[in-house]
Amino acid sequence: MTGMIEVSLWRGKADGRYQTYQVPQRANQTVLDVVTWVQRNADPTLSYRFACRVGMCGSCAMTVNGRPRWTCRTHTSKVIEDGKLEIGPLANLPVIKDLAADLTRFFEKWQRAKGVFAPSKTRKDPIERISPASAPRIAADAAIECINCAVCYAACDTVRWNEDYLGPAALNRAWTLVNDVKDAGNKTRLAAIAEAGGCHACHSHQSCQEHCPNKLNPTASIAGLKRRTMQAYIKGEL
Amino acid sequence: MSARQLHTTAPRRNALWVAAMVHRISGLALACFLPLHFLTLGLALQGEARLDSTLRWMDNPLFKIGETMLVFLLAVHMLGGLRVLLIENMPWREGQKDLALAALAIAACVAFAFLVGAV
Ligand code: SF4
Ligand code: SF4
Ligand code: FES
Repeated sequence: MTGMIEVSLWRGKADGRYQTYQVPQRANQTVLDVVTWVQRNADPTLSYRFACRVGMCGSCAMTVNGRPRWTCRTHTSKVIEDGKLEIGPLANLPVIKDLAADLTRFFEKWQRAKGVFAPSKTRKDPIERISPASAPRIAADAAIECINCAVCYAACDTVRWNEDYLGPAALNRAWTLVNDVKDAGNKTRLAAIAEAGGCHACHSHQSCQEHCPNKLNPTASIAGLKRRTMQAYIKGEL
Repeated sequence: MSARQLHTTAPRRNALWVAAMVHRISGLALACFLPLHFLTLGLALQGEARLDSTLRWMDNPLFKIGETMLVFLLAVHMLGGLRVLLIENMPWREGQKDLALAALAIAACVAFAFLVGAV
């Protein structure tokens, strides 16, 4: 594979603009390779974020030809349109500079959704055995492989409409803990999730699922939270 | 160019986003047109002369098309609502796109049946 790709990269903050570079096309080249090529060969002041380069850390997500993607696992050959690539920071988040989006609010929402494990035992208690075949564990496992990449958050139109909305990733995380029998935080968690901007704001578009690079289904997790909060409400626990 | 970056249209190229929009717009349209519909019916019940003229007016093809639209809106809103209720109250099931499409198709069939006088 040879030739050049016309690559437009977002430069600056929210009021920035796209700047075009010619980048040589290579076999098995990823979108992250393209961005790195520009930084090493064309403009060392280009800012972007990555760490693992193998789809583990979740730090490299960007908007590629109008769609949020993990760039380290996205081959240019799959996403190139008419020999062109347009790469910007993730949508629905403030821009720090160039391709780096500010994820502060994204992670604040994980906190607001009580996406933190609340221990039910001390280190002196024996370790409880959990059967991988038990129903709650199966439900938690189905949602657990999240890499915090915020691709789903950038793909969710409800996040764009409603800045209070917790978003698919934080709610998906909360769902794993709701199903964790070792966790003791469900009372406050369900209350936090049932508030305005919580799970009931989700419109079940499944855009989050369509875009999640790890093929998770936050819509199903959020539907589970809707059921759980409803049950808690009926039982008078909310 | 900045518009595309800040407002990615990716979420809208998704059938279920469209389904949510259809649900919302059909609900708003029903809220606007149903009162009109009941008003006409109410007027028709006030006195014979008025009823006659209203009934004549109701033979108007435009009126029939309007009614067909109402039937379609009612059906698509109800079936779409049922789909959402299923998602939110029953265990998760795959194939939501097919269900949304089926709701649309059934609503269109019901409206067509109403138009040709089968219902
Ligand atoms: S299903 Fe819910 S979380 Fe996912 S994209 Fe739609 S509104 Fe956002
Ligand atoms: S749910 Fe998927 S898309 Fe969302 S943050 Fe986790 S891994 Fe990324
Ligand atoms: S660099 Fe870690 S997921 Fe892409």
